[in-house]
Amino acid sequence: MEMLVAALICLPFLWAILPAVIHNSKCRAFFVYLGCGIVIALSVFTAFKWFMAGGQTTSFDLPYREVFDEVILVGDIFLMCLITYLSFKYKKGVISLLAIVQTLLVAALELFGPEVKELPALRFDWLTLVMILIIGVVGSLIGIYAVGYMHGYHIHHHKELTDRRSFFLAMIFVFFGAMFGLVFSQSLIWMYFFWEITSVTSFLLIGYTRTEEAINNSFKALWMNLLGGCGIAAAIAIGILVFKTVNLYDLIDIAIVSKYMGIPGTLCLLPIACLAFAALTKSAQFPFSGWLLGAMVAPTPSSALLHSATMVKAGVYLLIRISMAMADNYVGNMVALIGGFTFLAASCLAISVSDGKKVLAYSTISNLGLIVACTGCGYEETIWAAVFLVIFHAVSKSMLFQCVGAIENTTGSRDVEDMQGLISLFPKLAVVLMIGIAGMFLAPFGMLISKWAALKAFIDTSSVYVSTLMVLFICFGSATTMFYWTKWMSKILGASGKEKSRDLTKKNEYISMFFHAIMMVALILGFPWLSANVLKPMTNEMFGTDVQVISYQNIVIMIVLLVGVFVIPFINYLMTKNSKAKEVITYMGGANCGDNFNFVSSTGDPKEMHISNFYMEDIMGEKKLFTPAIMISTFIIIVYMIIVIGGAF
Amino acid sequence: MTERIIIAVLYVILAPFVIGLLDGFDRKISARMQGRRGPSVLQPFFDLKKLFEKEFLTANKSQLFMIRSYLVFIVLSGILFFGGFDILLVVFSLSTAAMFLILASTSTHSPYSAQGTHRELVQIMSCEPMELLVAVGFYLATKTFNVNEIIAGSAISNIVYLPGFFVGFVFILTIKFRKSPFDIATSHHAHQEVIKGVTSEMVGKEYGMVTLAEWYENAILLGIVGLFFLNSNPVSIVGAIIAILVVWFLEILIDNTSARVKWQLMLKLAWGVTIIAAGMNLFLLEIIMG
Repeated sequence: MEMLVAALICLPFLWAILPAVIHNSKCRAFFVYLGCGIVIALSVFTAFKWFMAGGQTTSFDLPYREVFDEVILVGDIFLMCLITYLSFKYKKGVISLLAIVQTLLVAALELFGPEVKELPALRFDWLTLVMILIIGVVGSLIGIYAVGYMHGYHIHHHKELTDRRSFFLAMIFVFFGAMFGLVFSQSLIWMYFFWEITSVTSFLLIGYTRTEEAINNSFKALWMNLLGGCGIAAAIAIGILVFKTVNLYDLIDIAIVSKYMGIPGTLCLLPIACLAFAALTKSAQFPFSGWLLGAMVAPTPSSALLHSATMVKAGVYLLIRISMAMADNYVGNMVALIGGFTFLAASCLAISVSDGKKVLAYSTISNLGLIVACTGCGYEETIWAAVFLVIFHAVSKSMLFQCVGAIENTTGSRDVEDMQGLISLFPKLAVVLMIGIAGMFLAPFGMLISKWAALKAFIDTSSVYVSTLMVLFICFGSATTMFYWTKWMSKILGASGKEKSRDLTKKNEYISMFFHAIMMVALILGFPWLSANVLKPMTNEMFGTDVQVISYQNIVIMIVLLVGVFVIPFINYLMTKNSKAKEVITYMGGANCGDNFNFVSSTGDPKEMHISNFYMEDIMGEKKLFTPAIMISTFIIIVYMIIVIGGAF
Repeated sequence: MTERIIIAVLYVILAPFVIGLLDGFDRKISARMQGRRGPSVLQPFFDLKKLFEKEFLTANKSQLFMIRSYLVFIVLSGILFFGGFDILLVVFSLSTAAMFLILASTSTHSPYSAQGTHRELVQIMSCEPMELLVAVGFYLATKTFNVNEIIAGSAISNIVYLPGFFVGFVFILTIKFRKSPFDIATSHHAHQEVIKGVTSEMVGKEYGMVTLAEWYENAILLGIVGLFFLNSNPVSIVGAIIAILVVWFLEILIDNTSARVKWQLMLKLAWGVTIIAAGMNLFLLEIIMG
């Protein structure tokens, strides 16, 4: 097992060298495919082997642990130097301060600080299993998609940009390695290192095109994520100085025990609060949502990567880890409120935008808000729901980004308004898009079961005002979520008067998208199995109980609904397919020009009729809501951090 | 269990007759309020029969299967509700059904139905928080989402704990029933600015199915009104029926005494009432229930 994990973490880092040095397009593509194939195989094999061995939580070290410790220390310093160099190069030197302070703090404590007890650096449990499958499978598929997409991006669409594909593809592999390392680490020092790598890699990916906008947005991502890194550095410092440990699980246990021992003050909660803060920045919750929206400027594969398998998932992964320590305390309340607020605010904002990628970005933020809220609550049901949401979100969001990217390459626009009648123009793309959207919100998919569990848990939350607010956030947020997805769906399924044109989507892009679609359907059908065999052991292990989170009766109802959503329309379709109907044109007050797409204008000439969705800019617009949302969420964070820090000393 | 199955079957068979009849009386009473004689109380059934006998005209054939799916999902939600299952799932199932109506309506590329559809979406968005909150309220009061356990486990009617939820729910019922001042997604009269809104392009049996689906949906909504008054004592059924009739009459009264508002105002009013009435009730109930 140690060897497998070592391979899983190290191989992507080493493999990244290949696309970086090979500049022949065909040859490089081959090695990227091969690398992605190996990563998929390796992650699935590791997961399978551990699952078959009975799924026992194990702590272990990599072979030659001491060497790795040295590498990590050197790596931290290297990242610091890199950030400092780049920020001075682009005249944003202030940002380097954040990196220098935290890296020096961690390095100094590690070298000269008090002795901490030596514990294994890595750990493998049920949550790790879920995460490596997401990173390995979804991530690698994005890698495969990226090869074809980036080819089209440079050869057909953006001839003006320097071709840095080698760098781009190399970074994708670095991302895999860092994410694998992150989900295995139980030593905070290790976790901190991998955390910083993901921050820097995403910064480099966002700045890929080197346009002014890209550079600005990439630095925005950098400073926000470095601020989060400071949180982990602070947690390490407190761990070493106060509790003499840098082990994540020790800190969690201390926080849990302190609640029952009645130890006064919130000192034991402080490291958890710092980690939670770091996770909130990483998972792009308000007030740190700006970086993920800015990340849109990068080519689509990197958006897909940041939104689904990596980066933001690192944040929620950490929150799920520490959720046990957040049940019914100030940190949990802070996380739940920020999550719930983000769920509502981001879904309102998603209503007002029409750029497809932006809608997806807001929906990621919103969906992550729901996951974050679930973890902040810290009950069995919510953890169960959170992990389900993570899985569904990873697959469907990766699929949606790839699909919107392909649509943009084919039609030249990613605006939702321009997707009118996609089903008749590009049926394959439309079906993929529909499955992705269905996976995101439609009953009885991901959202339903998790909203159900979350609502139930929030009602039971002990703090009255948190409970009330959370219930309201979820009820209103689910209404706004329904609005923006449904109107997008209705655009795709509408009629179109345009001529069919050629589908420019590459074969490997389709392979990746279809594979996602199959996974999505498999996940939906396999949901009771997944719940019983993966999520139940996971929650049982975390909470030490043995209960079915969701009742048998409700599982049956959900399966009925689930089958219903597929089968009822299908049967109805078959039954009505051959019914006799007289085709008529739509009602336009008598101004039709013989078809449904043109009307007689005031000059007497036919004019094309555009039908536009509601965007409610004067109620839900970015100008109106974004700044207040930032202010409210900043206020929540500051107040709770003051309570926790003030209580500690 | 058999009892629950019988009630669910009775719902499937009887709901259209009961709600159709109520609709007939609705027209009669409305007519009297306006100083007209009004049609026979059986008129809704004649209308429905006529719709199903008409020639099938359509601007997009794929509309038909979506409308059928809409109808099936509404009936499914009703079976879940009257069968005594999880009320939260009933709400989710209802919103899934609504989505099929939306998709059916926009598939035609008609300006009026598109207009109506988006207003319909705003209506759904206005109502959904309150519908979910009703489920939450019942859970808080009785510690269960299951309709049969809500009734069996309540010694006194839950309206005592949930007056704010009831007020909020009755408020959104006006939107749900497509009554004035909130009849903005579709109107009863085709000469108005939205024509027939979301149903503009549905004719003949398609429109018949939509009407039937609305009757089934109204039965669920009135059932939820009744749920506020039901308790473990069978006599409470009388109270529930009286409450349903009072609410039903109130809706007719509001319909006939108010003028249509814009969707912006509807959204603000619906959400405002939801937050104030249901939100306050929720907060107080959480304090009381600990």
